[in-house]
Amino acid sequence: MDFLVPFQYEFFTRGIIVSLILGAICGMLGVYVVLRGMSYIGHGLSHAVFGGAVSSYIIGLNFYIGASIWGFLSAILITEINKRYKIKADAVIGIITTAGFALGVLLMNVGYSPIKNFESLLFGNILSVTDFDFFIILVVSIATVLFLFFYQKILLFTIFDTDTAKVYGIKTDRTDIIFSLVLAGVVISAMNSIGVTLLAVAIIAPAASARLLTNNFSKMLILSTMIGTITAFFGMYASFYIDAPSGSTIVLFGAAIFGVSILYVYLKRLHHMHYHGDKKHSHSHIHVDEHRHEH
Amino acid sequence: MVNDKVTVSNIIEIRNLSFGYKYHDPIIDGVSLDIPRGRFIGLLGPSGAGKTTLLKLILGLNKPWNGNIKFRKKNDRDKTKEFPSIGYSPQAESVDWDFPITVTELVSMGLWNSSGVFPWINNNTKKRIRILLDELEIGKYHNRQIRELSGGEQKRVFLARALINNPDILILDEPTSGLDPLSRENIIQKLIEINNSGITIMITTHDIDGVAKKIPWVICLNRQIVSQGNPNVILSENTIYKTYGLKE
Repeated sequence: MDFLVPFQYEFFTRGIIVSLILGAICGMLGVYVVLRGMSYIGHGLSHAVFGGAVSSYIIGLNFYIGASIWGFLSAILITEINKRYKIKADAVIGIITTAGFALGVLLMNVGYSPIKNFESLLFGNILSVTDFDFFIILVVSIATVLFLFFYQKILLFTIFDTDTAKVYGIKTDRTDIIFSLVLAGVVISAMNSIGVTLLAVAIIAPAASARLLTNNFSKMLILSTMIGTITAFFGMYASFYIDAPSGSTIVLFGAAIFGVSILYVYLKRLHHMHYHGDKKHSHSHIHVDEHRHEH
Repeated sequence: MVNDKVTVSNIIEIRNLSFGYKYHDPIIDGVSLDIPRGRFIGLLGPSGAGKTTLLKLILGLNKPWNGNIKFRKKNDRDKTKEFPSIGYSPQAESVDWDFPITVTELVSMGLWNSSGVFPWINNNTKKRIRILLDELEIGKYHNRQIRELSGGEQKRVFLARALINNPDILILDEPTSGLDPLSRENIIQKLIEINNSGITIMITTHDIDGVAKKIPWVICLNRQIVSQGNPNVILSENTIYKTYGLKE
């Protein structure tokens, strides 16, 4: 069958496995990012690490080293500045992370000729995922799943009600920093396959879609993970056939599922089950407010 | 009947406490206060009087400029706890009511460090929560999302979270705000019952007739303590004018 043909290629199979793992991890982590109202941090961190990655190349280091230092430093700086000064998180994230990205762009354009094709870092490329990348993704993914599993109660309490969590003995500042570091780890590991400029949507879109489809946290977590996996799979698959950066196709699939989720919720509202006296029925109707409507 | 009998020992002692959000503008200005074990206290004052700030200082969420807060053990032989365990519920305005969380999940947060390492809620914890929810007459809503509940029911859910770890002291920020008179009355009656079981309670309110006059002990606060005592005795026109910053 034709659709199995790409699996003859080792790089494709590796790319698909990587995309499935990353899709699931981004979907899972995205739930906490979206509920925390910090969607911009994924966007910011993914841009920030670019500066670190380019700097690493220029001084002859593995790009993971520079990206990690830069990413983890940015995560700590964002959390600390936000906590200590009266500047909102979005402003802090915007300045620190865009500065990192700007440095990367600057270094690329001042006469240095880096050996790596930076386009794959920016937009993702299935061909650029090496065995070492795969190993890094695997380690980061296992660490992330373990963190989310054992920290779920703490994370949920901190996100929902930070002050009360502190009263009940949770080190909320430490939790914030660890969460940002884990997010930075996922961002760094996903740079090659999804690309720094597009990664934020891969983290947020599955969780935002899941949030539209359910009001239950556990279901949201499962749905977001599934949506992340499905969009990453089809995105990676499509990128092979149309020869486009994998990041762009994964993100477009994610955005499409988000659009479908919005449409589903809109239609569900239109067609809501409701009562007239004792009679329960459903049909399309215009909501005046809540469940009152006119026929 | 309200519990006006308190044991002699204090659970919290506050001395010369000052704190503010801006330099030279303290919102808590030299407050000294003893909170006897087993007492039901209402902090009464207008918006901006420092009620929530005082609670946050007691809870350790704000660091004081000056002064200190001491937590007292029941007696010298009590070696089980360094500090009294606290049950806390914040103002409703600070809560994201659209957060996808059920009543049971929310109450279980109060037991986050004693209900196992796994992310799910074990059966024992579920049973314990259900019993408490039933006592607070909201057991049937255990699987509901918090946003699906009425204001009074939501307050009870937060009360349940504050109570689930068997606290020595219950600190509730505006537990009756935004409620209709019947729901408000129900919450106050429930708190009186809880206080009768021996738990010290401290709440904030700006409602004089609906809440403060029904509590055994009221502290009138407007940056400093204006007056404190039995509301039927201290809530004179003069005290209310002073507390609310109005001219006589």
